[in-house]
Amino acid sequence: MMAPMFSSKLLLVLLFGTLFGLILGVLPGLGPTTGGALILPFTMTLDPLSAVVLLTSIYCAGTYGGAITAVLINTPGTPAAAATCLDGYPLAQKGEAGRALGMATVSSTVGGIFSVIILVFFAPILANLAYEFGQPEYFALAIFGLTMLASIGEGSPIKNLIAGAFGILISTIGKDFMTSIDRFTYGINELSVGIGFIPVVVGLFAISEMLTQSTLLDQVFKRVALKAVKLPSKDDYKKTWKTILRSSGIGSFIGVLPAEGGTVASLIGYSEAKRFSKNPEEFGKGSIEGIAGAEAANNAATGGAMVPTLALGIPGSATTAVILTGLIIHGVRPGPDLFREQPEFLYGIFGAMLIANILFFIFGFFGAKIFARITLVPNKILWPMIFAVSVCGTYSLSQSIIDVWIMLFFGVLGFFMRRYGFSVVPVIIGLILGELVEGTLRQSLVIFDGNWLMFLTRPIALTFFILSLIALAFPLIRSKKDKKL
Amino acid sequence: MKNVQDKKRANKSLPFFFRDEFKVFFIIILVSIFLLISTFSFDKVPPILNRGIQPATFPKGLLVLIIILTSFIYFLSFKNPWKKEKKLPKTFFLTILSFIIFIIISKTLDFFLAIAVLSVFVSYNWGERRIFYLLLVSIIFPFVVFVFFEMILGLRFPPGIITNLYYY
Repeated sequence: MMAPMFSSKLLLVLLFGTLFGLILGVLPGLGPTTGGALILPFTMTLDPLSAVVLLTSIYCAGTYGGAITAVLINTPGTPAAAATCLDGYPLAQKGEAGRALGMATVSSTVGGIFSVIILVFFAPILANLAYEFGQPEYFALAIFGLTMLASIGEGSPIKNLIAGAFGILISTIGKDFMTSIDRFTYGINELSVGIGFIPVVVGLFAISEMLTQSTLLDQVFKRVALKAVKLPSKDDYKKTWKTILRSSGIGSFIGVLPAEGGTVASLIGYSEAKRFSKNPEEFGKGSIEGIAGAEAANNAATGGAMVPTLALGIPGSATTAVILTGLIIHGVRPGPDLFREQPEFLYGIFGAMLIANILFFIFGFFGAKIFARITLVPNKILWPMIFAVSVCGTYSLSQSIIDVWIMLFFGVLGFFMRRYGFSVVPVIIGLILGELVEGTLRQSLVIFDGNWLMFLTRPIALTFFILSLIALAFPLIRSKKDKKL
Repeated sequence: MKNVQDKKRANKSLPFFFRDEFKVFFIIILVSIFLLISTFSFDKVPPILNRGIQPATFPKGLLVLIIILTSFIYFLSFKNPWKKEKKLPKTFFLTILSFIIFIIISKTLDFFLAIAVLSVFVSYNWGERRIFYLLLVSIIFPFVVFVFFEMILGLRFPPGIITNLYYY
């Protein structure tokens, strides 16, 4: 299984990916999704396995990196680290930043490795099940993915649905893949080939974040001093091992569901840690269990999110959507056939994720102090540089200046979407699933001779539709329950 | 919590057309209707060749869904108004202006000149005054990026007054 990992080139790629991922995770506003999108054009010079190894190592390390900033400056480096702030920063203020980071590092590593084991076992099982899927089942599955995203993603479910539908709508721009008829091109030749994934994702994440940062220039971060990262004590382990295991399970499960992966996982992991804790009153005041609960869950979501991505070609999170794009750009189509035809490729990915988790453990322990210093780079220098890389990276894919303008358009749009409570993640997932949704719907209707009711005669498809309805009803039930409480 | 309620109250006291929820609703509906109308001008597959649905049907369905859901969140906002967002600062508008300048310069003069101008403009407006750092973001870093993309990735950038100096 580990054979492909013995190549020195791959190890170098892994090392670079882990370091780069940590830097991205540490910098508030950046993160593995934006970083993955920025690095995607560079992966064109690599072979497919190296490219995916680079992206997955960025994913694992970036998710952990967010904890460093969360503990030291009370600002989550990534949204997935938001719950870590709640106890990480108060503990750091008590002069125990090293202990907080130590617990974050250990629980992140355990969560990450746990989820890789889940990935190794469950992805092939899911892929085997997917052999039974035809076009109607894939359509129903994609719909289920989108409704799950709406219901357990962050923010308003209806706004998430609108954003997801908008993402699918973007995927319809250009020549219709079945008939070659132009749609929404308005006579602009460049739009005939459709809108690329990279300009949209870089715009929605990097450029919209740049605009967000332009509104936060008066914000001053209070940074807590860090002497050294400490391994948690025996008492800490006694207190937290159950929490770490529980959160690893929660994170892996949430990760498998198509949603915002780590962010939701860490919030649920944190609240479950509080619910099961003997000292819930300590939560929010520097509880070591709170840090463990949030960090094990968000890192466990990384492996979980890779399960549907590799087995079905349905991204489990925004970053796995970027990884999926990386796979597609390199001519690798995830799904059951990949498991049958290129198992060594998958073993490479599994191995890379495992090693990335070990590497960020080492870097976290010995380099957290250095990585923490990266937060001192002022935004007024950092963001113009990110802009230069974003523009060149976006231009490089199809060498089209129109792509750069599309990136800027989506940057402005993404800023206003976030300002008014619309998450940009469903747009990305909708865009990547768009072709699958429309293609499978239309092909199913050809099979069914235009009879929509025939979907209901397929048991697997029907199950996914029922699950979609439950997913849509879930937020209503939850809000009624919250009101009663 | 009190702050959020104050913001909600502040938003509710405004005439409906000044409220954020109306502005968002109006823009989404307007754009969706425009797009929906344009789907009627898509070419149609002749009935004899048509298998399944017409190319316009799927986007039409999506747009109708967006219109229905947007109307729904607007009506929900009567009961539960959105909080009023803070006014956007000058630096935001200057950053947007820098994007417009970038588009104009990249189209007319040079791609890298556009990056340099945007970088120095943004950095200066965000408060950087030190010459070295302004040079770093506007000249040194874009040059490093150019060399990296050009030499390592073998990318050819669009011609322009500065890029041509390198290529010819």
